[in-house]
Amino acid sequence: MLELLSYTFMQRALAAGALIGALCAVIGVYVVLKGLSFIGAGIAHASFGGVALGFVLGVNPVLTAIVFCLLTAWGIGLASHKGRIKEDTAVGIFFASTMALGILLVGLTRGYNVDLFGYLFGSILAVTPQDVWATIGLGAMVLVVVGLLFKELLFITFDPEMAEVTGVPAEKLYFLLLSLIAVTIVISIKVVGIVLVSALIVTPAAAAYQLTENFRRMMVLSVVFGVGSTVGGLLLSYWLNTASGATIVLLATLAFFAAAVFSPRRRHYPAS
Amino acid sequence: MSREPIILLDHVTVTYQGLVALEDVSLSVEPGAFLAIIGPNGAGKTTLLKTVLGLLRPVRGTVRVFGKAPWELDGERQRIGYVPQVMAVDLDFPVRAGEVVLMGRYGRIGLVRRPSAADRWAARQALARVGIADLADRPIARLSGGQRQRVFLARALANEPDLLLLDEPTTGVDVVATESLYELLRGLHDEGITILVVSHDVGVVAAYVDMVACINRRMVAHGRPGEMEGEVLSCMYGPEAMFFGHGPVSHMIVVPQDSSEPTQGPSKESG
Repeated sequence: MLELLSYTFMQRALAAGALIGALCAVIGVYVVLKGLSFIGAGIAHASFGGVALGFVLGVNPVLTAIVFCLLTAWGIGLASHKGRIKEDTAVGIFFASTMALGILLVGLTRGYNVDLFGYLFGSILAVTPQDVWATIGLGAMVLVVVGLLFKELLFITFDPEMAEVTGVPAEKLYFLLLSLIAVTIVISIKVVGIVLVSALIVTPAAAAYQLTENFRRMMVLSVVFGVGSTVGGLLLSYWLNTASGATIVLLATLAFFAAAVFSPRRRHYPAS
Repeated sequence: MSREPIILLDHVTVTYQGLVALEDVSLSVEPGAFLAIIGPNGAGKTTLLKTVLGLLRPVRGTVRVFGKAPWELDGERQRIGYVPQVMAVDLDFPVRAGEVVLMGRYGRIGLVRRPSAADRWAARQALARVGIADLADRPIARLSGGQRQRVFLARALANEPDLLLLDEPTTGVDVVATESLYELLRGLHDEGITILVVSHDVGVVAAYVDMVACINRRMVAHGRPGEMEGEVLSCMYGPEAMFFGHGPVSHMIVVPQDSSEPTQGPSKESG
């Protein structure tokens, strides 16, 4: 155990993993309660186009992915809020087209790119010191915004129309929430991968939802599940020699089923 | 005190999702009024409320609330209490009754800032005013329909409004809870709050309000509840409907004009 922690790559992976686990868990509470899971998956897949663009241009893929994901998030938001398309249709269109663009761009880079594979499925070995700093910086930014606008984000998640009526800028905050989801996804893809990151957002929050009817408690429990899954998953993947992203997600899923089975939530719908 | 109307609609037409939901509707609500807007499902009742709230904009006509266009309201926004249809929110949301009521003041508190002791006091007062002070810590998923409706009313009252707008407040609520809710509204009206309630529940509404306006996309009739039974019936069920007065309980007979449209009698309550 101690020997394991003496490897600098493992220290970096655990630090980044714990941060990402907490961040995804916090954002996941809004995603689960507002029913944005599919949007999350769509934004995650859009990051593939962004990462590929970074490789083609020789720019840090995290930067291009952030731009790409923000534009996709706003595009989905605009299409569903202002346009006449349903939200899931908008996601379906954006998600496939940005993936397709990514595949075209990968073709331009010539030959198979191992780094790109790491982005798709996550790779702890690929976590660099710069990645850890980027995760800390961007992650702290997301958490500060959530902390400052905690009451507003709760209000627009619960009842956006009423928020608007009482003078809370619900629509602007909705776009802010989409932006927070996009940033969270981008800083998480190195560890869990593009394909699996939406699970790390949804599953810990969904597990927490099973166990409480209190919003703050749900957020705390979600963070416990999120950090437990990433740290536990990373250690397990090292011992079992399995893929880190997949191990993390399966561990989170296990926690979800356990929470569902032991859920004390006895829902009764008063029939009045 | 000036008698300038609190709400003024002048020949207002509103389209919603490409359809004309309200057409050429004029309405004036004086301070201190207790008005019910009734009409069948799909008559544009909710559209009318959303227009007053500034959530929808008319394609023709003028809307004034407290003398301003609703989307230009600033501080006046805090004088409006809105009680939306309960079904508009996720009733399994992990939030407690007291927190929901406090949300009513979030717009007034402002972005980033934390609720003050005064805000929390106002929320507690509002819960007490609707008679459920003891339920503040209860998750909304564990409230009955009537209790939940009171929570949403308390949220509107937490802002200490001058104008209260309610959208179908008794959907999914039993008869006893419906009557006690209207008693409560009557009391609020006596305290000086102007109330506009939208409902398809003609019978109950008429017993409590001062004025009834009947809409079916257009304004069909308005007046005092006792003076317009005929108009109300034809508005709700078509011109063939009439009351039969024989027997201990007068009942209504509806002869549908178009047999393809099922007609709903008053005894068939939704919920």
